[in-house]
Order: sequence, then C-alpha cells, then structure tokens
Amino acid sequence: MAKTPAPSATNLAHGGETRRDFLYLATGVVGAVGVAASVWPFIHQMNPSASVLALASTDVDLSRIEEGQSITVLWRGKPVFVRHRTPSEITEAEDADFNSLPDPQSDMERVKRREWLILVGVCTHLGCVPLSHRGDYQGWFCPCHGSHYDTSGRIRKGPAPANLAVPEYVFLDETTVRIG
Amino acid sequence: MTPARTWIIGTVLTVIVAITNIGIANGASDGAHLTAQRWSFDGIFGRFDRTAVQRGLQVYLEVCANCHSLEYVAYRNLTEIGYNENQIKAIAGQYEVEDGPNNDGEMFTRTAQPSDYFVSPYANAMEAAAMNNGALPPDLSLIYKARAGGADYIYGLLTGYEGEETEHSVAEGLYYNPYFPGGAIAMPKPLYGDDVEYADGTTASMEQEARDVTTFLSWAAEPKLDARKKLGLKVLLFLIVLSALLFASKRKVWRDIH
Amino acid sequence: MSNSSMGKKVVQWFDYRLPIFTFMHHSLVDYQTPKNLNYWWNFGSLAGIVLVIQIITGIVLAMHYTPHVDHAFDSVESIMRDVNYGWLIRYLHANGGSAFFVVVYIHIFRGLYFGSYKSPREVVWWMGLIILLLMMATAFMGYVLPWGQMSFWAATVITNIFSAIPLVGETITTWLWGGFAVGNPTLNRFFSLHYLLPFVVVGVVFLHLWALHRFGSNNPTGIDTKGPKDTVPFHPYYTIKDLFGLSVFLIVLLAFVFYAPNYLGHPDNYVKANPLVTPAHIVPEWYFLPFYAILRAVPDIWFVEAKLAGVIAMFTSILILFVLPWLDSSPIRSARYRPWYKQIFWFLVIDVIVLGISGAKPPEGVWLILGRVATVYYFIHFLILMPLIGRLEPTKPLPGSIDESVRQESGTQTSETTRKHS
Repeated sequence: MAKTPAPSATNLAHGGETRRDFLYLATGVVGAVGVAASVWPFIHQMNPSASVLALASTDVDLSRIEEGQSITVLWRGKPVFVRHRTPSEITEAEDADFNSLPDPQSDMERVKRREWLILVGVCTHLGCVPLSHRGDYQGWFCPCHGSHYDTSGRIRKGPAPANLAVPEYVFLDETTVRIG
Repeated sequence: MTPARTWIIGTVLTVIVAITNIGIANGASDGAHLTAQRWSFDGIFGRFDRTAVQRGLQVYLEVCANCHSLEYVAYRNLTEIGYNENQIKAIAGQYEVEDGPNNDGEMFTRTAQPSDYFVSPYANAMEAAAMNNGALPPDLSLIYKARAGGADYIYGLLTGYEGEETEHSVAEGLYYNPYFPGGAIAMPKPLYGDDVEYADGTTASMEQEARDVTTFLSWAAEPKLDARKKLGLKVLLFLIVLSALLFASKRKVWRDIH
Repeated sequence: MSNSSMGKKVVQWFDYRLPIFTFMHHSLVDYQTPKNLNYWWNFGSLAGIVLVIQIITGIVLAMHYTPHVDHAFDSVESIMRDVNYGWLIRYLHANGGSAFFVVVYIHIFRGLYFGSYKSPREVVWWMGLIILLLMMATAFMGYVLPWGQMSFWAATVITNIFSAIPLVGETITTWLWGGFAVGNPTLNRFFSLHYLLPFVVVGVVFLHLWALHRFGSNNPTGIDTKGPKDTVPFHPYYTIKDLFGLSVFLIVLLAFVFYAPNYLGHPDNYVKANPLVTPAHIVPEWYFLPFYAILRAVPDIWFVEAKLAGVIAMFTSILILFVLPWLDSSPIRSARYRPWYKQIFWFLVIDVIVLGISGAKPPEGVWLILGRVATVYYFIHFLILMPLIGRLEPTKPLPGSIDESVRQESGTQTSETTRKHS
C-alpha cells in the first residue's frame, strides 16, 4: 500500500545507528517505567483500606458463659469462639499426644487460662464456620467438608491442614476479655 | 496570518478570563473580601506545619469541640500529624462512645478507642440545632474545602468579629461578622486569646489560636495533601523528562518527511 | 529467533481464523494518514485515551462507592481518606471529566475550522455529536453521585428542565426521579446509568472511527489525498506524535490533580446534600455553562413561556450541529482558504466563551444582556452566516495537493532557519 518509503522504527537510519537506537530505547524504557509505576495505585487500592486496618477490638463479658457453653462473637468481620471448657474437656485437650497430630501444638500454647478457649471460628480448610460440641472429638465439626477439631481447637481428622487460629486477646479483669 | 493571530490572542485572553471566572463563580462568597494569608501548606512545596496542626488540635478539642463535630476524622488519624499510639490512646481515652447492643440488647457507653471517630458533642443534628437556638453548628471535617476562600475564610471568620460597639445591627441572638455571608452569624466570638494553654509554650494570642486551628482544620479536610504534593512533584518531573524524550523521538521519526 | 517465529506462527494461525491482527495492523499501523496534520489533530486520539482513563478510574471508584443517599457522601469521604490512593484516583476521575470536555471541545472546534464535518464525513460528525450528548448525560449523572449539595441541586434543577414539556412534563420528571423529588431511587438509577453510558460511548467511538477510516482523516488544507506522496503510515509517524501529545496533556491534567484538584469543583459539593436548603449560587460544572446561559437567556416568546423556550433553545443549540453539513454552503473545507469564514469562526469561539462566562454569573444586569446577545449570535452564526458566507466569500486558491502545500511551507521554513543560522 504505502509507496512512501514505509519506515518502521527500526529502519529509520539517519544519524549514527547507536544514537538512534539509544534515543528510541531510552524513550521506550522511560515510558514503560511510567506505565508500570502508574499501575501500582490501581492494584493497591484493592488492598485493605486504612479504616479496615484500624484494628478494632471487641470486649466480651465472660460472666454469662456457663461452664460447657461456647459463644460466638463478631470481631473484625469474623466469628470468634469463646468457650468455657469443662474439667473433662481440659483434661482431654491436655492429655492428647499432640506430637502425632497433623498440626502439633500443645494445649498450653493455645490458651492463656485453662478454662477459657478463644479461637477464630474459621475452618482452616476453606473458610466455613465449624459447629461447636460436634464431631468425633466433641470440639468442633465443620459441616462443609467434614473436618473434626478437638476441645483445644486442633485439627484431628478431615481435610483441614491446620488448627483453628488463636486471636490476640488479653484478660482485662476476671470477667472481661478484650479480643484484638 | 495577522488577523488569525489577532483572533487567537483574543481567544486566549477570553479563555483566561473564563478560567478565572470559573474560579470566581465557584468561589463566590457573599462575605467581605478576604485577606490572603500565608499558610505553611500553600504552593507546590507547601506542607502542613506539624506543630501548628498539633496546637490546632488542642484549640479544636478545648474550644470548638464544645459545639462542632468532626465526624470524618478518627483518633487513629492523629498518627499522621505526629502522635504515637499511646498518645492517641490517651486522647481517645478522654471520651466515651455509645456502643452496643450488648447481650441484654441494651446500648452501653465505653471509652473511645483509636479506631473510633472523633466523638460528637451532640447525639444528632436535631439535638445540636435545638441546643443552639435552631442554628446547627456545621461539622468541621470538610470545612476547609466546603467554604469559598478555604483557610483564609476560616481565619478571617475567627478573627473578624467586631466588638460590642459595632455599629452593624443584627437580629437578637446573632453576631456581626463581615466575612460570614450576610454578615449575621449565630456563633458567638469563639476565640479571645488565652483560651488554651499551649503545651509547647507558644503564646496563645487570638491570632495564633485562629491560625493554628485553621491549619488543623485544613489538615482534617485534606489529610493527604502532603502525600499528594510530594508525589505530584515526582510525577511531573518524570513527565517532563518523558515529554522531552518523546519530542526528540518524534522529531527523529519525522525528519525525512517534507 | 525460534521463539519469535513460533510467536509469529501462533499469530498467523489465530489471525487466519479471526483477523483481528490484520484489522489492528490495517487501522493503526498501515493506515495511510495525510502527512500534514497539525497538533490540533492530536485531540482525537487524546479524547479516546481520556475515555479509557475515565473508565478505568471509574471502575475502581465503583469498587468503593455506595449508591445510597445515607452512604454516598460518606463512601466518597472514605475513598478520599482510607482507600489506598483513593484520593488520587478520585481526583483523577473528577479532573479527568473536565479534561475530557476540554479535549472534546477543542476536537469539535478543530472540526469546525477545517470543515471536517463536510461531505463525505457527515456521519463521522454525527457519531461525534452523539458521543458529545452521551458524555454530557454521563458527566451530569456522575456529578450527582458524591451526593453533596451541588450534586443534589444540580439533579433537581436539571431534571426539572423536563417539567417544561407541555402536558407530560410532570409525569416525566416523576418517572425520572422514581418519586416526587430527587431521592434514593434517583441516585441509584443515576449510578447504574453513569456506569453504563461510557461503554455505549466506546461503541459509538468505534462507529466514529469506522466512518472516519472509510475516507480517511481530513487535513489542514481540506483537500483530498491524491496519492501516496500525500500520506504517511499511521505508525510510527502519528503513534509517536500522539504519544508526545499525550505526555504533554498529562502534565496539564496532573498539575491540576496534584496541585489544584478542587479548582474546577464547587465548595458546596463538600457539604452533604440537604433537601431543605438550596445553596446561594447554583452553578453547573464549567463545561455546561454556555448551554446553561442559553437556557436562561430566553424570555417569553409570544405564547411560549420562558421556561419552555429556554429548554428548546438549549437543545436546539446542540441539535443544530447535526444539520451543519447542509447549512454550510461552501464547496471548500478548510478555513485556511476561506477568509470570511475564518473571521466568523473565531468570533464564534469568543461568543461561546462569553456564553460560558455569563452562564457563571447571576442572570441579571449586563450579564443577562450579554448572554442574550451571545445566544442570538450563536444561532445567527449557524442559521444565517454559514449558508450566506459560503456563497459570497472570495476564496483563496487551493494548493494542487497536500504534498505541494507541505513543500511550500517547509520551503519557507527552511529559508527562515537558514537566515537564523547565518
């Protein structure tokens, strides 16, 4: 079509080859850097915003949770289990041979006070909320794909790879715990 | 060539008039002409003067906050003006917020946390208006951007009250202020000097207080100003280099064409 | 080496089945373009790029925005304060809207000056006007979304324009609002349409380009290309020129974004919408000011009341452009060879700017009178001067070809530069 010498960027030889190449190369590189840098804000905007990262905490009144009961509170958009363990549940949790478990952890590492077990209520398999006092180990049972957790929230059976996570928390006094 | 050039110059001049007119139209204020002040955050290299913002926070908390909310600013945001976590916890800790409902279904109050937003002096806009003779004290989070004249307007208003002997008559319960559109404002003179005792020892004259709280409110409305101006400089310098390279490349590509 | 030939084979395989590469090559690389286009021709591709910037920033903003009267203003504030780079993206989108109109208005006036709307490019012109109308609707609805005072009252005033329609006016405004005043249903539908329309614009842009590529670009001489000597391939000549123009344009746009992001906005839009209080001065965004001036300029005419007459005048001022190719009686395209038209062209530019200024002023005194005079002149330009001048004006001789005109110009330029160097 083009009868005018149809020069593409590569055969525009005029002044010295190297100088020409350098100019186009420099322009291209600088332009590419600019495009790459301007992509970042558009990716980063999807990361959690400052208000989401503002770590809100939730206070839980423990005086109302009877022995053997487990309640679920909402913390940063996720369920948190607060369980008042019975002596038998504590013994069970502590006596288990944890070294043979899929995610070996002693009960000691997972609680601050023996009778209070506080866990993020999200199954480590694919994120469902497990049911309490269910399953083969009377801890939690995830109905989605059948993961069984014990009374320390450790994975014992099923597809989940890890124990239920323990959130950060502090006991403010005898009857109040602050999660987060 | 000459008549066309005359037209182009005429058009350029008209465009300039038009652009300034947009600014004037959008910034039309009915109040008296504002004196332009110098602000630390003016201009391309302008940044918020942190000490002024901190002093302004003190003025806001001790004076303005009695009537004016700041609902879009959270205590956690104070990290941006140089406070650390413990200082912020201490500031937030002076306030109570309503939370709930608790397990009994009741609302309760608790100490404010850094993640909470600045506590409003009134429960809602209705109460705020009712307690102030029907004049709702506006929220101050965006006041710097929401008023024509911006910082100069806030400063002019705060320092523009005339004394008792003013010859301007305004309705009962209103006060004369030339910078307020219409001249009659429901807010009594808020700053007299020595309304606060500055922690850094600065003399708390009325002008100083007004200047500091204006700087604070400008930060509250545009907290990303520093980041914006810093990034802008890099971006524009980059684009100037890129434009020069593209221009050279363009010249080179076109040199054979006649 | 083997890699690139492998890639070539894949491309060929695909292109044989769906010739998208041939199409792109044909319209962006090989496309024969007049070699004498000046920088005013940059604004076409620039408009396309700004459209893309607006769509990308808009999609991102929609990820964080909540179209509900109780949350819209707050969600915009959270974009400005909490979302990572939210302030940058929102300021880009807000100022990008203004930039879009700057670019498109220059593009339109370029078309007017060089007669790009004339045969056989009438449909190119029509598609462009449809894009302009869609842009206006999109910009208006976008301005409502932050739900500030100006958002709310602009929505109220502009939708009330339709109440001027006799008999069904009220029914139409109620239908537009989804209620008896601007409210949550209005905000919701405006958000939906504000998201939709830009993609319709993209579609019409394709038709605009399709029609353009049928006969190729116009050029400053306005004469048709007569052979390969008159043209250059689009790539690399115009790709590099357009990229340079883009880079300069970005300097201007980003200077606003970073250093005067609210200059073109209105302070009242940082006050949350309040249906009980109207701001003292209601002013539309600058790009609507000339049309707003026409709307307000018209008094009662005979039996038509001012409200309806103003609305009719305003819509006519745009619709008249659709018949411009037939109002213009001159056989010559470019104003370069039309001395009289050149004069009235610049007069029209100033007329529109005067309309813009008077649209920004309260409709009283000298500005109302100026607005009326400028409105009347606007229509005189298109309805009387365009048909008349084309028949009467003594035109200048056209060059034999684009190539010839380029050689003439560069000839004078060469002598100038030689003189400077000696």
